[in-house]
Amino acid sequence: MAEEIKNKNDEEFQRPDYFKESEEKITAGNLPWRWEEDGLTVTRTAAWAAPGCHDGCGALVYTDKNGRLVKVEGDEENPFYNGRLCIRCLALPEVEYHPDRLLYPMKRDKADRGKNKWQRISWDEAYDIIETKFNEYKQNFGPESVVFSLGTGRGTSAYMTRLCYSFGSPNYAYFQSGAACYVPRISASMTMMGTYTCPDCSQYFIDRYDNPKWKAPGVIFIWGNNPIISNADGNMGHWIVDCMKRGSKLVVVDPRLTWLAAKADLWLQLRPGTDAALAMAMNDYIIKEKLYDKEFVENFVYGFDEFAERVAQYPVERAAEITWVPQDKIIRAAKMMATKPVSVQWGLALDQTREAINGTLAVAALWCITGNLDIPGGMIPVHHPFNIQVWAPPDPQEMLPPEVCAKRIGGKEYPMYDYGGVVLTQPDLTVDAMLTGIPYEIKAHWIQSTNPIACTAQDAKDRMLAGFLNAEFNVVVDMFMTPTAMACAEIVLPVATFPERDGIREVYYYVQTTNKAMEPVGECKSDMQITYELGKRFNPEAWPGDTLTEFFSYTMKEMGMTFEEVRKENWVYPEYNYGKYLEGKQRPDGIPGFNTPTGKIELYSTLFEEWGMDPLPFFEEPDQSPVSTPEIMKEYPLVLTTGARRWSFFHSEHRQISRLRAIHPDPLVEIHPQTAKELGINEGDWCWIENTMNKVKMRAHLTLGISPKVVNCDHAWWYPERDPEKLYDVFEANVNLLVPATFGRSGFGANCKSLICKVYKA
Amino acid sequence: MSQNGLLINYQFCTGCHTCEVACQMEHKLPVDQWGIKLAEIGPWQISEEKWQYEFVPIPTDQCDLCADRVAKGKKPTCVKHCQSLVMEYGPIEELAQKMAGKPKMVLFAPK
Ligand code: SF4
Ligand code: SF4
Ligand code: SF4
Repeated sequence: MAEEIKNKNDEEFQRPDYFKESEEKITAGNLPWRWEEDGLTVTRTAAWAAPGCHDGCGALVYTDKNGRLVKVEGDEENPFYNGRLCIRCLALPEVEYHPDRLLYPMKRDKADRGKNKWQRISWDEAYDIIETKFNEYKQNFGPESVVFSLGTGRGTSAYMTRLCYSFGSPNYAYFQSGAACYVPRISASMTMMGTYTCPDCSQYFIDRYDNPKWKAPGVIFIWGNNPIISNADGNMGHWIVDCMKRGSKLVVVDPRLTWLAAKADLWLQLRPGTDAALAMAMNDYIIKEKLYDKEFVENFVYGFDEFAERVAQYPVERAAEITWVPQDKIIRAAKMMATKPVSVQWGLALDQTREAINGTLAVAALWCITGNLDIPGGMIPVHHPFNIQVWAPPDPQEMLPPEVCAKRIGGKEYPMYDYGGVVLTQPDLTVDAMLTGIPYEIKAHWIQSTNPIACTAQDAKDRMLAGFLNAEFNVVVDMFMTPTAMACAEIVLPVATFPERDGIREVYYYVQTTNKAMEPVGECKSDMQITYELGKRFNPEAWPGDTLTEFFSYTMKEMGMTFEEVRKENWVYPEYNYGKYLEGKQRPDGIPGFNTPTGKIELYSTLFEEWGMDPLPFFEEPDQSPVSTPEIMKEYPLVLTTGARRWSFFHSEHRQISRLRAIHPDPLVEIHPQTAKELGINEGDWCWIENTMNKVKMRAHLTLGISPKVVNCDHAWWYPERDPEKLYDVFEANVNLLVPATFGRSGFGANCKSLICKVYKA
Repeated sequence: MSQNGLLINYQFCTGCHTCEVACQMEHKLPVDQWGIKLAEIGPWQISEEKWQYEFVPIPTDQCDLCADRVAKGKKPTCVKHCQSLVMEYGPIEELAQKMAGKPKMVLFAPK
């Protein structure tokens, strides 16, 4: 009920990851944020969605005297990326003026779902319809009957969750089985270490690599990702290259020969889905050979003996059999891990096994027992600078009464979802509720900047799409028409690009404003503006301030600066100090140690024990694999891994941007030449990739950079150029049709990267 | 007068396509024409743990060394945006000196 929703102030409510920032603020000083150059106006800004991206590089937006976008360049003053840009920001003018961009709010009859029959409406009419419908469901079925969903994290997260809570629903959803992207790593880290950590590439310092306190990591482990393309954690992958130039060695754990793997001192080409076994064996070797940091373990690690006993079940010999990585390479990797300083850039592959939490815990244990935590060049704890609420969603408990919070789907069943700032619903139980009405019926969806049937959702057709079609009313907020919107929406709302809006950029490290450089095309509005305007209708109290800019200032209140003040300083860094846990700066109570129940790094998790879970990490075979299902390997002889990232695309976005598409025109399946030869497949042939669930069609790319026993598929494909009423052939190309919607015991994890399949010419 | 060129340290070129697209945008080239184009060499296996896998960007006849930008005192756009910071612009004599003793350097003198 609306009148019960309040913003509790800071004294009443403390986030679990809350810790005080030093008062000191390090800023860009006197740089202008706008100027004239050769008859063009230049606006210094921070990129970020829309279109999508995790990072928010410093960009200069050039506009002409008619207010048209001319070009985007990198901002050389900006310490985050020093003027560099990737091709997605460089190609932005093509996104901006693309003929397919959504320009106006539109509506469609429910009876016409799937048909290209849209009618232009005004923003007021759109808001009126949404407000009326949502309130109707709220009255008759409770606010929890409306689910608000977002895709991958970015500038929109905090706004659409606030919209969700200001409407009164606790159901903020991200539709990937087991939330198997990033969230498992966050949740496992928070449970084990009381914090999340990232490799130290000097990103906390405004003077970056020149800062005298910083040291380049001696070794960087790249574990289960290709960061130069995917830029996980808001970390720029090319920082790894910067560190390589400064002497960092690389160990790459990846089934594929990425460019980084080819340059690495050591490449561990493991079998997909066996990361946990590899990490356990490395822990075992380090412990048995007494290579760990005894002082750190003695003072700051809980449950070391139990952990040592558990990992002893995975001696190097056994792990070599499981992982396909030769013993000597595992030992060399363990020895390199047991040096200082070591950083680990980990990624999605760890989340995308069904028992994801375990691989994550075992890998994190490696940098903990070797004492690589919060030292220069090691793993540095991160949090949101000045506790601003820009990327991280507000906690539902700040805005919703406890009995409403308790209705969040999956919160009760999976305590890890209730801990450590994870505020999502459990995705699979959410889709179950959409399909079955248990525990309650889902009547409507707010789907903002996400395209689940093309991208995130497993079993995309039979579960995700069916779930959306079961609802009575769906709203999609996006820049382009998507398969999801075409399939199920009654209303679509058009979103502005980052040059068309104000905003705040914050993915750890520092704060910068996004500065509007031009008027939006058509009647587009920013994600922030849309949620602010609609949110105010539901509950004005949840959106303090009379303007969006005042609201921005509110979200930065702990910084003690207004939006305009931050804009003048361009970027604002908190002061960074290493070894915070030694001084009590890693816990709200000021006691040295970590923010866990025991105050130590919990290799044996007291919380897991309390929740009835295995307190120690373990390895589990993928559900279908050469080991677990040898009998069906005759029919499906290849291990299938999915989700490779490409330079051109951010998930399902950018397929219609011709310059980016030209670089990667088709979905690819990577096959070893020897395997391809046996199958009679040549480079460029269209192939079917088929498993026990379904089949999808992709073009073959032959490469020696993959094991003959493994194939690798692109993710999130659809064809914007094809028939909208066939949903742009999304079900011909979306590899998630081959991924079952199953998840781990913790409620997290999914087997997206360790499946089996057969491949044949189409 | 000394001629200018592009020095590329391809030891660290990741094949990110940034130089290609930066150049296309600056010079308003169609999607199938380039002022600079990546060559991919590999991957193939040389020995147990050694792989050949390299990218080298090669300027084309449409590269004018960003004459307009350079006249305004700016860097060529490929050089400025290169994500690995492996490109350098300048007089070829100076660039040639920087190659000495370094692995995997190429010097292009377009025009
Ligand atoms: S990573 Fe690429 S798309 Fe993202 S902000 Fe940086 S340049 Fe732009
Ligand atoms: S110098 Fe300029 S014209 Fe030449 S390749 Fe680079 S961007 Fe293109
Ligand atoms: S921009 Fe730099 S790293 Fe990227 S492809 Fe070109 S030369 Fe290589």
